[in-house]
Amino acid sequence: MKQSIFEVRSNTALTDCVYKMVLSGDTSAITAPGQFVNIKLDGLFLRRPISVCDYDEATLTIVYKVVGKGTEVLSRMSGGEKLDILTGLGNGYDLTKAGEKPVLLGGGVGVPPMYNLAKKLLAQGKKVSVILGFNTKSEIFYEEEFKKLGCDVTVTTVDGSYGVKGFVTTALENMEYTYFYTCGPEPMLKAVHKASKTSGQMSFEERMGCGFGACMGCSCKTLTGYKRICKEGPVMEKEEIAWEN
Amino acid sequence: MGKLSVNLCGIELNNPVIPASGTFGFGYEFAELYDINELGTFSFKGTTKDPRFGNPTPRIAECPNGMINAVGLQNPGVDKVISQELPKLAKCFHKPVMANVSGFSVEDYAYTCEKLDKEDQVGWLEVNISCPNVHGGGMSFGTQPEAAAEVTRAVKAVTTKPVIIKLSPNVTDIVSIAKACEDAGADGISLINTLLGMRIDLRSRKPVIANKMGGFSGSAIFPVAVRMVYQVAQAVKIPVVGMGGVSSAEDVIEMMLAGATAVEIGAANLVNPYICRDIIRSLPEVMAKYRINSLEEIIGGVK
Repeated sequence: MKQSIFEVRSNTALTDCVYKMVLSGDTSAITAPGQFVNIKLDGLFLRRPISVCDYDEATLTIVYKVVGKGTEVLSRMSGGEKLDILTGLGNGYDLTKAGEKPVLLGGGVGVPPMYNLAKKLLAQGKKVSVILGFNTKSEIFYEEEFKKLGCDVTVTTVDGSYGVKGFVTTALENMEYTYFYTCGPEPMLKAVHKASKTSGQMSFEERMGCGFGACMGCSCKTLTGYKRICKEGPVMEKEEIAWEN
Repeated sequence: MGKLSVNLCGIELNNPVIPASGTFGFGYEFAELYDINELGTFSFKGTTKDPRFGNPTPRIAECPNGMINAVGLQNPGVDKVISQELPKLAKCFHKPVMANVSGFSVEDYAYTCEKLDKEDQVGWLEVNISCPNVHGGGMSFGTQPEAAAEVTRAVKAVTTKPVIIKLSPNVTDIVSIAKACEDAGADGISLINTLLGMRIDLRSRKPVIANKMGGFSGSAIFPVAVRMVYQVAQAVKIPVVGMGGVSSAEDVIEMMLAGATAVEIGAANLVNPYICRDIIRSLPEVMAKYRINSLEEIIGGVK
């Protein structure tokens, strides 16, 4: 973990409520795709945890949906403004288990962390399939970005207004894959857990206090014991997840 | 340079800054960030007789200048704290630590305190009779003078180290409870624990916290804390540890003027993990600004 000051380079709307923010700063604490950052915002007490979409030595990209006060403040920021950010939080995805043909499933704002993961897996010579799930056509983002990386991309929409009609699991049915990685709303994770034919990893979300393991605000029960979403998570192995209902 | 050291119940602290229980784990997460031996000491995660998962999530809610938590005393239980957490802590912290203890019966408190009292690393026992997040225990001992005294007597009977009783602000007369603890043999009083609070989500029309209510902390509660520390310090002879919304060197000094011998810092750690270190480092400059030569001399400076 590292605390440092980042400068906003750009902050652009991808849909009517999803934004992409590119920041420059010290990203040295980020060690794996699927980790998150925790951002201090003016006028708010707690930091806001946001997943990392992409990063390199000096740049951090986050893609976030405006859902409350924190993301609203974030969406109003523009180039040149500074942010106090904790980086390198959480475990991130374990790439060593991918096999030759991993599939990545992102639902809504669960799509962003799949981006750097896809990049890293492609760099290892894997054949990467990506399934991006949205409710409707107007909510779609990052389809082109994944295609440009060289992924095999399928988009699903619940209302059928674009791509495959249905859920990410609809597209998963006829797919051949060696392993899965996923991030999205909990009902989707549960459906992927049930529908998947291989092992895999899924990233979870919870309201957090600190984001670095101090407050026990985001604990969950797993089959391998109690875990903190922010520290031992947010990524969990399929086999250890204990669904509560 | 001014003198930062204070004496808390017979043990010398290099400075009065103490991260509060529940915001600092067992220290080692923070030891990755800086040398935690810079701290006066810290109060470790509230420990109970048996392991506890705590409350369902969400356990955390944002508030104006503060937050609500309803963690519910998640901890691995006293035996694992002694066998696993304390050895890990020994590698990064070489000062006496404050052991924070909670319970659900007088016997629970005595059992857990007796075990922790035997550990060399433990300097003080901070007995939490004020957790608002567990039913049928915790805070109920801290809302009645007689019940508070009973816990104090039971713990004092089986321990040798200084016993500091941590009080709840969710009472009508905190002074009577503090005095009951003093009369029962407490070596110190710490206050305030969190204020009982609640937030409601307008979209779902449900409480934000799964447990509905939780403990409100953060800078918003600082004036309430200063007032209660002042009231208690005026009434008892034993040392008072002040806490509640402290987030700067100025706040530390204000707490000490109100009567605190040492000062705990809670919610602020969750926002800025370096806050305690930063406050300690800025104390000399702020002391100089207010012409303070020694922190010990200003304790209870306001009459």
